[in-house]
Amino acid sequence: MSNTPADLRYTKSHEWVRSESDGTVTVGISDHAQELLGDLVFVETPEVGASLEAGAACAVVESVKAASDVYAPVAGEVVAVNDQLGDSPELVNNDAFGEGWLFRIKPADASAMDALMDADAYQAQVDEEG
Amino acid sequence: MPFIPHTETDIQDMLAAIGVTDMEQLFDEIPAALRTGPLNQVPEAMSEMEVTRLMHRRAARDDVELNFIGAGAYEHHIPAAVWQITTRGEFYSAYTPYQAEASQGTLQLVYEYQTMMAGLTGMDVSNASLYDGASALAEAVLMSVRANRKAKSRKVLMPTTVNPVYRSVTRAIVGGQGIELVDVPFDPASGRISLDALKAFEGEDINALVIPQPNFFGVMEEVDALTDWAHAQGAQVIGVVNPVSLALLKPPGQWGGKGADIVVGEGQPLGAPLSSGGPYFGFMCCRKEHVRQMPGRIVGRTMDADGRTGFVLTLQAREQHIRRSKATSNICTNQGLVVTAATIHMALLGPEGLERVAGHCHANTHGLVERLKPLGVTPAFSGEAFHELAFKLPRPVRPVLDAMAQQGVLGGYALGDDYPGLDDLLLVCATETKTEADLDRYAEVMKAALDACRGKG
Repeated sequence: MSNTPADLRYTKSHEWVRSESDGTVTVGISDHAQELLGDLVFVETPEVGASLEAGAACAVVESVKAASDVYAPVAGEVVAVNDQLGDSPELVNNDAFGEGWLFRIKPADASAMDALMDADAYQAQVDEEG
Repeated sequence: MPFIPHTETDIQDMLAAIGVTDMEQLFDEIPAALRTGPLNQVPEAMSEMEVTRLMHRRAARDDVELNFIGAGAYEHHIPAAVWQITTRGEFYSAYTPYQAEASQGTLQLVYEYQTMMAGLTGMDVSNASLYDGASALAEAVLMSVRANRKAKSRKVLMPTTVNPVYRSVTRAIVGGQGIELVDVPFDPASGRISLDALKAFEGEDINALVIPQPNFFGVMEEVDALTDWAHAQGAQVIGVVNPVSLALLKPPGQWGGKGADIVVGEGQPLGAPLSSGGPYFGFMCCRKEHVRQMPGRIVGRTMDADGRTGFVLTLQAREQHIRRSKATSNICTNQGLVVTAATIHMALLGPEGLERVAGHCHANTHGLVERLKPLGVTPAFSGEAFHELAFKLPRPVRPVLDAMAQQGVLGGYALGDDYPGLDDLLLVCATETKTEADLDRYAEVMKAALDACRGKG
């Protein structure tokens, strides 16, 4: 049973989003998503400074059996990426909601977060996908 | 014998079942403008006997003349053992295996091949090969556009000193993908990429610069300066190299301060006969950081559960069966058999043997320069050459070549066909297969041809 922290927002495509105090948002993939992928061997993060549309494929997580795109949950500019994943992609497996974060966006529109799923809705989707 | 199992009755029954009268109606949806007309260039069908006779007739024309044409495919001595070993049953397949790990021998061979190519080019990794040099360059351009995340543009600088066939194939493959290939002219005195012309691109957003070494004229480009220039613009460097020349020249991995990013070329000089143009194979090497953007297959060495060494197809997450439409390319098989020959060829020659071949080629071509000087035939460009040179003839090339061919000597490649205005330039290559007597004969036949053409051209 994977956990789904209540203080985060989620997307249908299994990204999580956390609002930071400085107005940026941190993005990662959910614990459920990393479980489905299996051991990650490579993470490709976006370029800092890149401007993303909501829903744009902007990162790739690659495991021994699959490679999946990660989509921007909200529109905005990439202000930071998790450089540690270059050497340690397993951080996503070990700590998907913490050390395994992927990138940070300065959202073009702060209210865009409201359109994302809360933890209950996301958990319901996960349960339904079974 | 038809290879389609349906009989005419089967077909009529199926058409009747779905309510159409003939097969053509199934393709109604395709607008007339998108249809290819009849294939007028394809000759009438022949029987097996007729084809055999035709191929014998054509084969008899091979290897009769003394050949001094290079221009992308090079005649080298291939030790008899190479194809003797290559055609053994254990190796005799054009494919990388579908049940890859069951074929440890094939995987090991490809691994050895990759190791040799990485060593020769001075790059971190090699793939298991591509179709040929020209399509390898096209793949390198596509790869660079994926891999260079500093550049926003899809503009790639393509010097006109790159083999014209490679340029045309690359344009055909990448042209429909929004990639802009921009010509960079050459300096008419040196025959090298014009550094002045490159300056015009400074400050522009460029994805990559293609650097041929040696270039199509046989001339050495200033690879260090070009590589550093490209990197200073945030562009990647795609080297197009002759593998034999690498036995003598600085490997692309050491060009300039940082080395080339992607290196491709034609593998034919490593053990494949000219054979009327193929099959050959392309090679591709790159820096480790770009390996996930590399097309083709990659064999890796690993250990099994009992700690024994084994070989696997690695990094398959980039490939089409996993990555689907976002795969780095849709090349799943390759020129496996020719790669097998190349690996055996390189193993037999070893680094020293390959160096001797390269040195001999270089010496022969320069031996021609000495012999042609008294005829008023001199190198057209001042740039240093490896084993191929453009000579300036005192009259148009075409009739001279025809006259030489009548004496059984293929005198070279007429550059005017691809470069308007260079009608008096002849590209000549003398590999290690040529003896001193062959070089003398070339000069004699050239002299006679020039005399015969006097006043005609």
